[in-house]
Amino acid sequence: MVKEIDRAGIPVTHICTVVPISLTIGANRIVPAIGIPYPLGDPTKGEKKSYEIREKLVTRALKALTVPVDKQTVFEEDF
Amino acid sequence: MPKKVVHYINQFFAGIGGEDKADYKPEIRAGIVGPGLALKAALGNEYEVVATVICGDNYFGSNIDKGVVPELLEMIKKYQPEGFVAGPAFNAGRYGVACGTIAKAVQDELKIPAVTGMYTENPGVDMFKKDIYIIQTKDSSADMRHAMPKLAALLKKQMAGQEVLGPKEEGYIEKGIRVNYFNERRGSERAVDLLVAKIKGEPIYTDYPLPVVDKVSPAPALKDLAHARIALVTSGGIVPQGNPDHIESSSASKWGKYSIAGMDHADKKDFMTVHGGYDRAFITEDPDLCIPVDVLRDLEKKGFIGKLMDYFITTTGTGTATNSAKRFAEEFVPILKKDQVDAVLLVST
Repeated sequence: MVKEIDRAGIPVTHICTVVPISLTIGANRIVPAIGIPYPLGDPTKGEKKSYEIREKLVTRALKALTVPVDKQTVFEEDF
Repeated sequence: MPKKVVHYINQFFAGIGGEDKADYKPEIRAGIVGPGLALKAALGNEYEVVATVICGDNYFGSNIDKGVVPELLEMIKKYQPEGFVAGPAFNAGRYGVACGTIAKAVQDELKIPAVTGMYTENPGVDMFKKDIYIIQTKDSSADMRHAMPKLAALLKKQMAGQEVLGPKEEGYIEKGIRVNYFNERRGSERAVDLLVAKIKGEPIYTDYPLPVVDKVSPAPALKDLAHARIALVTSGGIVPQGNPDHIESSSASKWGKYSIAGMDHADKKDFMTVHGGYDRAFITEDPDLCIPVDVLRDLEKKGFIGKLMDYFITTTGTGTATNSAKRFAEEFVPILKKDQVDAVLLVST
């Protein structure tokens, strides 16, 4: 799905837990998520902390959309 | 006693009609019909085409999930075949998908060898080349007299329990299987030959073809995030409570588009997950863990993004064929374009 969205010229960030799969299928902007049962947040750390983690990742994923890339790029760190 | 073979063809090759008869219901006739004549000739005296099963391409396509396959299998089973041939379908797309589907079903359910034939660009090739032997044909039925003997030869080999050689020798489309064998010439010699051939610009043959991965260039970067219309897409199986469209919990055949208009977060009262590939407990309790409506809404209020679209798009990723996923996106991308979506966040578990 990621590829078809990219192909249509709409920038897309793939937020996913298993980055190697995302790289294999060919996503171009990738943000690693936290875990398979909770990609965005960490409920074991309480609601507030979980929200903060989610906010951080979503913000990074949104900023990744604004970065020109010419190859598959994994955005590991906030920028 | 000749060995029994059943042949599958569509309404066109059965001489029933073209597009106007594509809704033709499944039928089985004793003996050969249409291209069965060529099949019979190619199989020789030790084999007999005991029956021909016929189905309209549209009927097959529209009933693929509604019982056409078991229905056909029942008909085929009655003749107790020891081998099965479908088509060949050449470049006919729906016929190719039908041939691939029924050949795979016969092979898996009736445990007998099955063979079909298609042109490389037939969509049935990508769907079934890993599962069944598909003889590579040209793009039209003018190739019947060349194709049918190859189908027959490969089927006979399998029925006789003989070793099936590589795609080049037998004429089938690569299944992506690697087999070890001893070559009479050592690797270094062949590597040098390959290099020389490459330098000369001659056609080359590799023992170890790399998988073909369709790469897509990244879409241009977003210029103005603060005014961008952002859509959420997920493969995490998030659906409204009750799963109104019955999206499958694995091997999804469809996607859904559901409203988040006016919501300041994704509440468990409204949403659930049907994904069958992870522990659902956390996301069941807080769907924002997969569709971050809360954060995106806050970022929208702060003016960090222009607008969060009033809906999200969803399916179940686990076990879902990449071809299905590609089709889902081909179906929903026009909606995103029509709604002037500037960028997408796609969340996978």
